[in-house]
Amino acid sequence: MIDKKTIEHIAKLARLEITEAEASEYSQQLGKALNHFEQISKINTEGVEPLVTPAEIEAYWREDEARQEFSPEEMTSNAPSKAGNLFKVPPVV
Amino acid sequence: MDLTKSAISEIAEAVKTKKVSAKEVTTHFVRRAEELNPKLNAFTSFNSSAVAQAEELDSRIARGEDPGALAGVPFGIKEMLCTKGLITNAGSKILQNFVPPYDATVVARLKKAGVVVTGKLNQDEFAMGSSNETSYFGVVKNPWNLECVPGGSSGGSAAAQAARLCAGTIGTDTGGSIRQPASFCGIVGVKPTYGRVSRYGIVAYASSLDQAGPMVSSVKDAALTLEVISGHDDKDSTTSQKKVPQWSKELSSNVKGMKVGLIKEYMQGGLHADVQKTVDNSIEALKKMGAEIVEVSVPMTEYAVPVYYLVAASEASSNLARYDGVKYGFRAEFQNLSAVELEDFYGKTRGQGFGKEVKRRIMLGTYCLSSGYYDAYYNKAGQVRRMIMNQYLEAFKKCNVILSPVTTSPAFKIGERVSDPLTMYLNDIFTTSTNLAGLPGMSVPFGISTEGLPIGIQLTAAHFDEQAMLNVGFALEEASPVKGKTPHVV
Repeated sequence: MIDKKTIEHIAKLARLEITEAEASEYSQQLGKALNHFEQISKINTEGVEPLVTPAEIEAYWREDEARQEFSPEEMTSNAPSKAGNLFKVPPVV
Repeated sequence: MDLTKSAISEIAEAVKTKKVSAKEVTTHFVRRAEELNPKLNAFTSFNSSAVAQAEELDSRIARGEDPGALAGVPFGIKEMLCTKGLITNAGSKILQNFVPPYDATVVARLKKAGVVVTGKLNQDEFAMGSSNETSYFGVVKNPWNLECVPGGSSGGSAAAQAARLCAGTIGTDTGGSIRQPASFCGIVGVKPTYGRVSRYGIVAYASSLDQAGPMVSSVKDAALTLEVISGHDDKDSTTSQKKVPQWSKELSSNVKGMKVGLIKEYMQGGLHADVQKTVDNSIEALKKMGAEIVEVSVPMTEYAVPVYYLVAASEASSNLARYDGVKYGFRAEFQNLSAVELEDFYGKTRGQGFGKEVKRRIMLGTYCLSSGYYDAYYNKAGQVRRMIMNQYLEAFKKCNVILSPVTTSPAFKIGERVSDPLTMYLNDIFTTSTNLAGLPGMSVPFGISTEGLPIGIQLTAAHFDEQAMLNVGFALEEASPVKGKTPHVV
């Protein structure tokens, strides 16, 4: 069980608005899952480099050139709200 | 020619030699899909210009142009992959109207090889699920038994292929999402080595685990499709520059002297009786064909599920931060935008746009990455992940291929397991370690349960040794007691 305050804090970090019901559901379920996952803490991993890319992939070089593959119209074609080719958003500052 | 049951290679050959037109093939499969889809809910949308695209291919063939290795073969594509001009929703409300202005590299390569995309296939939301029950667009039904799940997350691909609503499909696999539904629906599904197939244009779930691959009706079709979609891509720096072998040409069912490993830790029982029987039968069949069975040990697989969920949820919480209601996708409704606080704007949009399971994993991932917990969870999981991979690399010194079950049981009933996420997660015990270690894996149909549901066998090989895995798969396919069995809808 993870306390409600922590759940609310995590939801805020994740920019997720959750309902009261969801909050209590998650506090149960996440608590249960993390409890189970806790078993890895007992493994001795001293000196082991964490693995991120799981296959040997050779580094390669490419020219750092700008490519213009899409028009501004294409790039804004999925905008929920726009003015011309600008995205409409709430005040940011 | 019975198009419904034809192999991909047969269709492409017939189209190239003008025995049948691409238009006839496409029309056949489009009609079939439109007729049967209401029963299965495998397709989320159809490509209305599929027949026109097939006609265009026919005229290119008439002009003497080379139409490509997969000429006129109709494919369905999982909703995770961007398709230019066709909605790509990832099974989520938050992307329900998203129309990509470009094709994923996998899709672009298929099209270049002559594939006709007939539509998009249902899936668990953002590929987070093992039963296709988390899709915003409804549950997919298993064509072998409409009361059962098709598996997930590539449930639409598996169901569409099993019912032959298209000649081939593409799925994605982050923790078993190609292999498990392939097993549940009795088809062949291949997850390639990490880095073999470009992830460009594939909706990101967990970037260090995701790979796309073929979900088709035979091992040869899988090899052929994999050849087309594999290889280095400038747009994905994690793709390997290794040459793509001609797997389909090298395919051989001669397994004499090949070493097939069984993981000791997987042989401790607890399997559904019919799954156990299928595994035993497959081992007997391989022995008969001259393969040598050896025992290997990968003790750290015990931790695969926790490590997988910690890594996947962490990467997902970061990847899914992009859905903010600004540039594309769903946005919550606001009366007066200029009076809205930015945090409310994000919170409401994401709170309403994501489904339950996705939110659960974002919460889990955010928790694991948050200050004070990073070392205990994400970092620790990464360390254990390396230990799991190293043990696999050791095991592959003793064998060419590892054989195991795909899941503990055949397909379960719709609704049976949704209420308990942890139990659902624990189902992924045999599939997740393959992704953690970046290895290629596949599912080949080899059994059928007493209730008439298909059961697959999982094969895993060393990095970039897809050939060994495909060959053993090919041998099993030839010896399969369920060869040629199809669901009643076919």
